[in-house]
Amino acid sequence: MTSKFEGTERYVATEDLMMAVNAAVTLARPLLVKGEPGTGKTQLAEEIARSLDKPLYRWHVKSTTKAQHGLYEYDAVSRLRDSQLGDAKVHDIGNYIIPGRLWEAFRSERQAVLLIDEIDKADIEFPNDLLLELDRMEFYVHETREMIQATHRPIVIITSNNEKELPDAFLRRCFFHFIRFPDAETMTRIIGVHFPELKRELLAEALNAFYKLRDVPGLKKKPSTSELLDWLKLLLAEDIPPEALRTDDPRKSLPPLYGALLKNEQDVHLFEQLIFLQRRQSRQ
Amino acid sequence: MLTPFFYTLREAGVPASVTEYLTLLEALQRGLANYSVNDFYFLARATLVKDEKHFDRFDKAFTHYFKGIEQSFEHLQQALPEDWLKLLAERHFTPEEMAQIEALGGWDKLMETLTQRLEEQKGRHEGGNKWIGTGGTSPFGHGGYNPEGIRIGGPGGKGKAVKVWERRDYRNLDDNVELGTRNIKVALRKLRRFAREGAADQFDIDSTISATARNAGLLDLKFQPERHNALKLLLFFDVGGSMESHVRVCEELFSAARGEFKHLEYFYFHNFIYESVWKNSRRRHGERTTLFDILRKYQPDYRVIFIGDASMSPYEIMQPGGSIEHWNEEAGAVWLQRLTQRFQRYAWLNPEPQDRWDYVQSIGIARQLLAERMYPLTLHGLDDAIRALKA
Ligand SMILES: Nc1ncnc2c1ncn2[C@@H]1O[C@H](COP(=O)(O)OP(=O)(O)OP(=O)(O)O)[C@@H](O)[C@H]1O
Ligand SMILES: [Mg+2]
Repeated sequence: MTSKFEGTERYVATEDLMMAVNAAVTLARPLLVKGEPGTGKTQLAEEIARSLDKPLYRWHVKSTTKAQHGLYEYDAVSRLRDSQLGDAKVHDIGNYIIPGRLWEAFRSERQAVLLIDEIDKADIEFPNDLLLELDRMEFYVHETREMIQATHRPIVIITSNNEKELPDAFLRRCFFHFIRFPDAETMTRIIGVHFPELKRELLAEALNAFYKLRDVPGLKKKPSTSELLDWLKLLLAEDIPPEALRTDDPRKSLPPLYGALLKNEQDVHLFEQLIFLQRRQSRQ
Repeated sequence: MLTPFFYTLREAGVPASVTEYLTLLEALQRGLANYSVNDFYFLARATLVKDEKHFDRFDKAFTHYFKGIEQSFEHLQQALPEDWLKLLAERHFTPEEMAQIEALGGWDKLMETLTQRLEEQKGRHEGGNKWIGTGGTSPFGHGGYNPEGIRIGGPGGKGKAVKVWERRDYRNLDDNVELGTRNIKVALRKLRRFAREGAADQFDIDSTISATARNAGLLDLKFQPERHNALKLLLFFDVGGSMESHVRVCEELFSAARGEFKHLEYFYFHNFIYESVWKNSRRRHGERTTLFDILRKYQPDYRVIFIGDASMSPYEIMQPGGSIEHWNEEAGAVWLQRLTQRFQRYAWLNPEPQDRWDYVQSIGIARQLLAERMYPLTLHGLDDAIRALKA
């Protein structure tokens, strides 16, 4: 039996996340992870692989990705070219079968972790097309009439940003975890693993400013964990003192180096307007 | 046993399936939640709930069901039906069990029977154990455990620390809350998907080339759904006083999705539809469009959405001259029916909370006129409306 996942020295896992991961590992069923962008979905798979000491296979899904790409692709063009050139290779169709990520994870000698990242980017049919393969952990290669079976059922981590709803049949087969936006306590622990040396005062002021900013209504893209970490890195590099971050309302003045937090131009503009209004009011 | 818990969840609107319930039993048997109710809560949620918008319902049902039983958590472990779990562990059913399940009419029927028996159970206040195996004749094995067994612990609420599931952290994610700025993005996504569906097929050059190459040069034509859609929509907003904030949200919603539709037209009315409406103007005395013009100008393939609270005096719908603003020669009901006859795919979104609909007479009348195609102005209602518009 594999050991339990409890987060790593670089990754903070909440209790509910640990449970979801361990259930998925124990029962060898996929784990679907959703949550705001930048809340550690992708990194989770990496950390599971690291902490359980297993190889990781990443399959990054794009809008054009098809389920078949994860199994294998048949390189018809190369074969056509080789046949024009009279290459003997051409007679074995197996030479033109290129294994996809799923196949690679299946044939791994040790149990692997397979990350299917951003599954919601693909076509609505994509998850359905993978049902059987993920259930049975096997598939058939028609060109070579070969059945590929997983030596060890891989641990499958699937992430979604919620752009599309996933089909019920697919969901029924997964465990599910929703990464809730970290509360201040969890966030403090997350920051702790990235910046163990960070001074308490700076941390407190930065967190305060960060959550206040997130709470401003109307933001197009709320800053998330990854933006907060980037911002802290800049604050440290520029040696910004904690007092400079002190704010009771981000609508009165933006914190230094806010560019790391507000990536959307419309959001920056929103703040500029808010601040302008505030100033004018306070002058009256 | 856990089956009643499972049904509590379903009654609370958490769409958990039997498959998922079986997975939970299997996970329990593998010792994943041996130590605390907390663990059990996390495990059950990860297994039975696949959408964060249902977390809050899950939490409520969990609170309701497990109130005070934390101490007797071991009972829950002991109460697991042994033979069923063994079957699960082996991941298949023997031919006899399959036959039994089949004899009951398959899984669906099984579910139904379970519900029924559970109802009976409730009616008789925990008496007997009819629905669980008596001598192995039921597919639920034997062992005679008490289905309500886990409730034995009784209320023991002392030293109240708020449980995770009592905190209701996910309240905002439920899709039965009214549409507003908080969930407008999700609504928009739904609308966009709606707009894209039903698009015509388009010749796909890339796929055709690769398919043809695979086919050793024989032409193999491929098509794909056209990216742009053909959907056309007419929107009728009620601009009566109490509607203002709802209209704003909806306008925002539909104007954000505007680009996705082939045509999208707004009209405004006050309380109910009569012989004319206002176009592109929220000033009620602006330019009017007669309903006859609308009926003439727009083809029947337009979908129609009304957004209004349908709350008024019944006269305003049923009587000529019933309008509170002007003298209408013909009753609102007549005009609404003219619309629904021409445009057969329509839906009415109502911001009034659905549980109040039965108390407002005019809502009842409107629903009749609309063949019951009135839906609450929530994410969930939007889903239902979209379904009606597609049909
Ligand atoms: N729980 C956590 N512990 C440690 N670091 C975290 C945690 N959550 C997020 N981070 C950090 O935040 C950053 C973003 O993480 P990641 O890229 O995994 O997010 P994501 O959810 O996959 O985002 P996206 O949806 O944009 O792909 C990383 O630098 C990661 O280290
Ligand atoms: Mg990611």
